[in-house]
Amino acid sequence: MKDFAGRPVPRAINWNRVQDDKDLEIWNRLTVNFWLPEKVPLSNDIQSWSQLTEDEQRLTIRVFTGLTLLDTIQNTVGAPALMPDAVTPHEEAVLTNIAFMEAVHARSYSSIFSTLCSTAEVDEAFRWSEENPHLQQKARLILDEYDATSQPLKKKVASVFLESFLFYSGFYLPMHWSSRARLTNTADLIRLIIRDEAVHGYYIGYKFQRGMERLSAAERQEIKDFAFALIFDLYAIECRYTETLYDPLGLSEDVKAFLHYNANKALQNLGFENLFPDELCRVNPAILAALSPNADENHDFFSGSGSSYVIGKAVATEDADWDF
Amino acid sequence: MGGLVYFSSRSGNTARFIRALGLPADRIPVAADAPMPAPRAPFVLVTPTYADGAGRGAVHKQVIRFLNDPDTRARLRGVIAGGNRNFGALFALAGDVIAQKCAVPLLYRFELAGTPTDIARVTEGLDRFWKTQFSTAI
Repeated sequence: MKDFAGRPVPRAINWNRVQDDKDLEIWNRLTVNFWLPEKVPLSNDIQSWSQLTEDEQRLTIRVFTGLTLLDTIQNTVGAPALMPDAVTPHEEAVLTNIAFMEAVHARSYSSIFSTLCSTAEVDEAFRWSEENPHLQQKARLILDEYDATSQPLKKKVASVFLESFLFYSGFYLPMHWSSRARLTNTADLIRLIIRDEAVHGYYIGYKFQRGMERLSAAERQEIKDFAFALIFDLYAIECRYTETLYDPLGLSEDVKAFLHYNANKALQNLGFENLFPDELCRVNPAILAALSPNADENHDFFSGSGSSYVIGKAVATEDADWDF
Repeated sequence: MGGLVYFSSRSGNTARFIRALGLPADRIPVAADAPMPAPRAPFVLVTPTYADGAGRGAVHKQVIRFLNDPDTRARLRGVIAGGNRNFGALFALAGDVIAQKCAVPLLYRFELAGTPTDIARVTEGLDRFWKTQFSTAI
């Protein structure tokens, strides 16, 4: 008989014995939110695409190729790299979902390309993504932290920065087009990606915070110093990347406000304080409105934008959960 | 001044928002079997949002349990909701749901743990709100 000594007992995952409620909460959230690019009628953007200038089209394809690279990294390296560090079997299962959705995101950009662009234009952009020094530099910085030898919490920091910060120099552009009634179906697809990335950043940030609780004060400080140093490095690269892409349209400063705003949100996902002061995070209201359309129809009282108290309008709720 | 009651899961965003406000506040427990706060005076509720892509489940079960007490609900004067603009039109939806169900104003919405601007607006807003509340109540 074969000797099984040395190998731990293989264990089946039991979702009826959950050690961390967050695993089940996020599993449910991600699975309910599952989508595929075929759900979005991208072909309705063909006319709108033809109204962009050649430069605007090239910029858009390049930006989406840059986003594809980040999704590819997260799909094949980032999310799998977190699995050996999972503290519950359910966390591993959630990470497999995250990995797969990143593949869906990466695949979506190709759906946009095949609907709107010529093969030659797209091939040019993929070549560009391999040669652009800023894009390559940020990808390599993140991949270095994903190496198996890296400290588990440093991997999570890199992962949250990718999910909650690095995507946004790219996400800015479809939100900008959408605010001008351009490529609105493409923007709908990007909003689905943005929604998923928010859940990913939140969950990995949550697991990071649980991991930090197990460290000594000195170790926590070391990780925090690492996180702020890494975001400084990434921010410097992002600024250069932003300028090379957006300077011709005169949008770089507008994009940078969006970068600051999202860098702060990435740090908040890790449980840290903001890095950038509010003055540097004044995102163009048109971009915020494109990010969350209709969210500002109900003005809240303290913002002073409404004339009186506004009671929320009728929304779908689960009456069974809400039985007074 | 009226009171503050808040819910925050272990991700701690809303708890950090409350800490930055620096006002006394009671926390709704995360554990379903822990005792609920029972406010004896008018209060404002601060809660994050948990909606899925269709807006279902926006209000956390523990917040629903808290509000299911008619005496508690009678003392609720307004709601402040946390969320993330990444969720699009559903940003801070819990605030809309509670405002509508309980017929109270949605006072403010903030993202994650809030910003210094949010803290300043809510501090000033709550002060003004309670002054109006108590002057009209007399």
